[in-house]
Amino acid sequence: MNHFPEAWGRPRDDVYGAYNPSYLQTTGPKAHTSSPAVTGTSVIGVKFNGGVALATDNLASYGSLARFSDVKRLRVFGDKAVVGFGGDVSDMQYIDRLLASIDIRENYSNHGNMLNAKNLHTYLAKVFYKRRSEFNPLWNHVLVAGYDGEGKPFLSSADLLGTTFSAPHLATGFGAHLAVPILRRLFPDEKPIEEVTQEHAVDALKQCLKVLFYRDARSLDKYSIAVITKDGIDLKENEQIEGQSWAFAERIKGYGAQTN
Amino acid sequence: MASLLDHTARGETVGYSFSQSAAAPVKQHGFYPYTDNGGSTLGITGSDFAILAGDTRSTSGYNINSRMVPKVFKIGGDDETGEGAHIILSVVGFAADGNALKERLDSVVKMYKYQHGKPMSVSACAQRLSTILYQKRFFPYYVTAILAGLDEEGKGALYSYDPVGSYEREQCRAAGAAASLIMPFLDNQVNFKNQYIPGSGEGHALEAKKAEPLPQDHVKQLVRDAFTSAVERHIEVGDNLQMMIATKDGIQEVYHPLKKD
Repeated sequence: MNHFPEAWGRPRDDVYGAYNPSYLQTTGPKAHTSSPAVTGTSVIGVKFNGGVALATDNLASYGSLARFSDVKRLRVFGDKAVVGFGGDVSDMQYIDRLLASIDIRENYSNHGNMLNAKNLHTYLAKVFYKRRSEFNPLWNHVLVAGYDGEGKPFLSSADLLGTTFSAPHLATGFGAHLAVPILRRLFPDEKPIEEVTQEHAVDALKQCLKVLFYRDARSLDKYSIAVITKDGIDLKENEQIEGQSWAFAERIKGYGAQTN
Repeated sequence: MASLLDHTARGETVGYSFSQSAAAPVKQHGFYPYTDNGGSTLGITGSDFAILAGDTRSTSGYNINSRMVPKVFKIGGDDETGEGAHIILSVVGFAADGNALKERLDSVVKMYKYQHGKPMSVSACAQRLSTILYQKRFFPYYVTAILAGLDEEGKGALYSYDPVGSYEREQCRAAGAAASLIMPFLDNQVNFKNQYIPGSGEGHALEAKKAEPLPQDHVKQLVRDAFTSAVERHIEVGDNLQMMIATKDGIQEVYHPLKKD
């Protein structure tokens, strides 16, 4: 104990070194998110005859650390729309609260019609675009699945910059590299979605999740899958990737510790 | 006695981090608000029509996002489908900005019609588009826009822009990823640059072939040729060709397949 009350309980510089004051800075530019912290990896989606299927794994990573292994990244909205989130998990939870407040407002309104997936996608894209224009982005890449205003299956993407696009099959993150080629081979452009059955679509998603688990280091073998049909949404959130075969790993040679 | 009261002397020997001394380095933003979604657009006018065309590929880096994202839009239509519109706009560059720009111009043209009881002229719309772009001079819409329609005399009108609103009326313009591949072709085939009348003189006395408005079928074929050639040499161009033709009868939209590799 010394005679400087303001020093009591503080670390001495001669013992611990001077405190780095940059952590206490109150002036300078306001810091917004400049990189994501806890993140979810790929979201994949496919349209089929009469509906859409969407899948994600249940992992939230902290950099390369597999931090939370039971995070549900598919969010049901209303009774026929689902949003799949990739990217920052806290931003996902913020958007989830936004959607919850819209859901309540729409349900208490007297016009009686709920936002469909197309409306929801337009809204989310505008939220993302507004936030990127304020240099305060919501660090996500989402897929929105459901039905449009004419009751046709709808699948579309929106990302942190407000970029949007739509296709019969979509994937975010690593899935854009690994899942999309598989889906394009299984369901080529010449084959209209009316010829794709629900079983085929779901099997294709499971196959993609397995390939992603093999090759994406930030993925998990526990996943969620949502199947949206006219009968409603079938959401399963505790699925396990089945039929894994790591035999291929033995044949991988030529890099890493073993070089021949 | 003086040494007992000399607080600063003792404080400095041991040292505590009371005050913020050295200024922390200014943090840089790690967020870049733009991306390039590739693709190309092209516009050509004739004596009584204007054509705007664009491919429908959307890319990010080496990935193809989608094979069907149109870049040409009807502006100021009566409903969602754009029915009743007489102005067309193409945007290429950063697709999110392109969409925002399209929606702003669309609502401006609609409001003009409600407030003045007549459709907005293409020249007025062209000036307004320039103003909208320039209003964001220091955080631009990262797009190259082309606006087209028919002028007051019923002739084809085409206006081309840079991202911050500089604009001019032209006979033809290519924009986007393959602009540098398409534009020289257009100079030669629409404005007859470097074409001379055979036997009209020797050396510098050769008479240049004068540009004149081309018939619609010929222009459509030029557009298709320009894009099939661009697809061969540019990886961000392909999938489908979208064409909109503005005539006195309204706007006609057609699609043609392009190579998907």
